Amino acid sequence: MKYLTGLLLFFTLLTPVYAAIEVHEFKDAATEADYKNLIEELRCLVCQNQNLAGSDADLAKDLRQQTYELLQQGKSRAEVVDYMVTRYGDFVLYRPPVKSSTMLLWAGPFALLFIVLIVVMLKIKKTRTVEAPVQMNLDQAKNLLSDDVSEKNNDGQKNKGATK
Amino acid sequence: MRFLIPLGVFGLLVILLAVGLTMDPKKVPSPLIGKVAPAFDLPQLHNPSVNFSPEHFKGKVWVLNVWASWCVSCRAEHKVITRLANMKLVDIVGLDYKDEAEDGKRWLRQFGNPYTLSALDLEGKAGIDWGVYGVPETFIMGKDGLIKHKHIGPVDDKALDEEIVPLLKTLLQEPS
Repeated sequence: MKYLTGLLLFFTLLTPVYAAIEVHEFKDAATEADYKNLIEELRCLVCQNQNLAGSDADLAKDLRQQTYELLQQGKSRAEVVDYMVTRYGDFVLYRPPVKSSTMLLWAGPFALLFIVLIVVMLKIKKTRTVEAPVQMNLDQAKNLLSDDVSEKNNDGQKNKGATK
Repeated sequence: MRFLIPLGVFGLLVILLAVGLTMDPKKVPSPLIGKVAPAFDLPQLHNPSVNFSPEHFKGKVWVLNVWASWCVSCRAEHKVITRLANMKLVDIVGLDYKDEAEDGKRWLRQFGNPYTLSALDLEGKAGIDWGVYGVPETFIMGKDGLIKHKHIGPVDDKALDEEIVPLLKTLLQEPS
């Protein structure tokens, strides 16, 4: 029974993988590698958070087929990417090219990191300058305590007596 | 005073996210705007022995409306396209995308045919060349044969009256 459940679970894991499998015959191994790489990097425009490899949408199927045909015709990787970009725009790429309109996208995280680093450094500096007087105050306080221990104690007792 | 910085950062985030919410990620700007309308040569839906190619409307302002009988929002859009057709401003060509001829013809019989003609793109190859990814889509071509405007998703009355019709009128006034 246990094995049967395990087996069934195993098959449920397999089904979505099977659904996406298409039979393609490639002219050589390099073309096949290019194809696999391309469908990983191209976005399906219908289901926007999936690439062509992972999507079961009709458009993804068509675009996979188109990618396959273009590669079989001897087009290079760059030419296929270019073909898709002229039709669907940069959005079809999971890795957008660096240009003025995508500058914020590429440089933004580093700029944020830089700002955070500066803020943290300023904070650290501030706490250090604050620490020095604190140490001094502690010493002062220690001295005062050791000098006035007897007096303080007396005071304390007096007060206690008063409250009683 | 020390709340001001986090409050400011929070305020900026709210603005950023609010702007983000008003944008529709489904609407991907088309790189084809301003480019020559991609060529195709497809059989006409009602007259399969005759092909249609965008070349036929060279020097004219025309509209290409991508539709399909299986497309649910095309039904919602149909009456708006019909209204545009009744204005008799320009020719509207339908591109019946990834559809069977019989299904396409039945759909037009059922709802009415606002198109000057429809071309049948059975395999969706022309669709790929035109960067179609969500039917319905509507393209407007100028007299110079360039794509002037693309509307993704169903055209509603507002889009028709405020964007498409004014654009068509300006394009019609341009010298050919």
